[in-house]
Amino acid sequence: MYGATVDPIEDIRTDEEKLAEFEARIARGEKIEPGDWMPDEYRRQLIRMISQHAHSEVVGMLPEGAFITRAPNLRRKLILLAKVQDEAGHGQYLYHAAETLGATREEMLEALLSGKAKYSSIFNYPTLSWADMGAIGWLVDGAAILNQTMLAKCSYGPYARAMVRICAEENFHRRQGQDIVITLALGTPEQKGMMQDSINRWWWPTLMMFGPHDTDSPNSAVLIRWGIKTKTNDELRQTFVDQTVPELLALGLTIPDPELRYDEASGHWHFGEINWDEFWNVVKGNGPCNAERMAARRQAHEDGLWVREAMAAYAEKHQS
Amino acid sequence: MNANLKQALTDYLVAMADDELILGHRNSEWCGHAPILEEDIAFANIALDEIGHAIVWYELAADLSGEDRDTYANRVVYFRDAPDYRNTQMVELPKGDWAFTMLRQYLFDQFEMVRLEKLTQSSYASLAEAAAKIRTEEIYHLRHTRAWVRRLGLGTDESHRRMQAALNDLWPYALALFEASTRETLLIQASYIPDISILKTAWQVQVTTYLQEAALTMPTNSSHAIPPRTHHTEHLGGLLSDLQQVARLDPMAKW
Repeated sequence: MYGATVDPIEDIRTDEEKLAEFEARIARGEKIEPGDWMPDEYRRQLIRMISQHAHSEVVGMLPEGAFITRAPNLRRKLILLAKVQDEAGHGQYLYHAAETLGATREEMLEALLSGKAKYSSIFNYPTLSWADMGAIGWLVDGAAILNQTMLAKCSYGPYARAMVRICAEENFHRRQGQDIVITLALGTPEQKGMMQDSINRWWWPTLMMFGPHDTDSPNSAVLIRWGIKTKTNDELRQTFVDQTVPELLALGLTIPDPELRYDEASGHWHFGEINWDEFWNVVKGNGPCNAERMAARRQAHEDGLWVREAMAAYAEKHQS
Repeated sequence: MNANLKQALTDYLVAMADDELILGHRNSEWCGHAPILEEDIAFANIALDEIGHAIVWYELAADLSGEDRDTYANRVVYFRDAPDYRNTQMVELPKGDWAFTMLRQYLFDQFEMVRLEKLTQSSYASLAEAAAKIRTEEIYHLRHTRAWVRRLGLGTDESHRRMQAALNDLWPYALALFEASTRETLLIQASYIPDISILKTAWQVQVTTYLQEAALTMPTNSSHAIPPRTHHTEHLGGLLSDLQQVARLDPMAKW
């Protein structure tokens, strides 16, 4: 590298000057890269978000993974297996993105397994029928895409680039989910009933994925100021509802919200209030499957311990 | 091709397909539960490939018997009962631990490799073409499973113990891969398929040498009776009730 023999010039700027420069770069739309100066809080928030996001991909393999062996035809089986495999791949990119901020994979896994780190609460709901593969693909992945499309423009380079790649794949996931929903909604009465039951169970948890109201979201202001988020939870939630409601209704499905109506004046769909007690309860670990999901992760981790030890021992013996 | 020969070749293709399908299915059970995230990805790929290969063989069988390619595979996979499956018992055994899974996959990959090499010379052209295509993917599987066999055989005392136990369990089942049905004689005479007893020698030399390099001891007293492909363990029924349950909710429905 040029100048490798020259002593680095000491950065004599004060923290205030560095912060002003950092914020000016974000305002100009520049990306912040791993070696750049950044406020500790920016680093902390990003590690929190990216590792949560990685954990969500990894835990998110479980509810759909349970249906890989049961997919109703070979094409669906290959698609679902490839989709769950993609989620592992997303987890991997995201852990790498968090590592660029100084977090290690071991620390992050430890935080997940000890229950200290969170993951998306949506995966604490059970998958009860094949129709749930449709609802998860269309609704859950559809909601995730809105959030991820926003994050693809975020100010931290490695996270933004991981998101660009992930969004491309998530669009396939959404499409396969939509295809299942359409097939079942237009299928036999039993299939349509199965699909409706699935929408009834997944609709509200999906709306909860966007997080608390802006007024109750403690991290939102700083995340928006530093260009990590560019839209609020409520804005994204409204976009999702506006986009999804007419498409579901067009298939003859109903949405389990008696207050749902189109508001001519605003041009938006008005929807009822989320059950926030349920939301916080699941976040705090008391959802229908929190214990089961964590038990499955811990089991895989413990069962894999001897394998990882053998890998390390073999690598050590054969490194020369 | 006369009717007898056609039937014998269809049965042979279906048996190959059933092996790949059932093994791919068992492998897919690891997705989300592998010992490292990298293997959730890599091993799912192997499962995808195996199921993809099964589809190739089912489609060739459909062509031979004048059936529709699109519906044939799904019909035989989702609406055949356990006694009608023709996979070898080794692939239907539960996934076990990572040592069992990796060793089974290695023994099977090495078997496929010796068989595919010969099948590329089959006088039945579409079989030879498919074998050549599949062989390119199997090279990667074999590379992956060989690396795991070495790593686990030479890793720690525990990983070695688990590999040895897996080998002792799997060996008689692996030998059953080389049991030929009497009707295969017709196919061998027509140069459609290789004589499997000749493949056995090549396979046995390769795996024995490699497993011994991984510090494993070859089991000697294989008094275990070798079952024909019409016989299954109790595990296949359970596997199929899982695999077929959604499809059978309404056999007339499209999914």
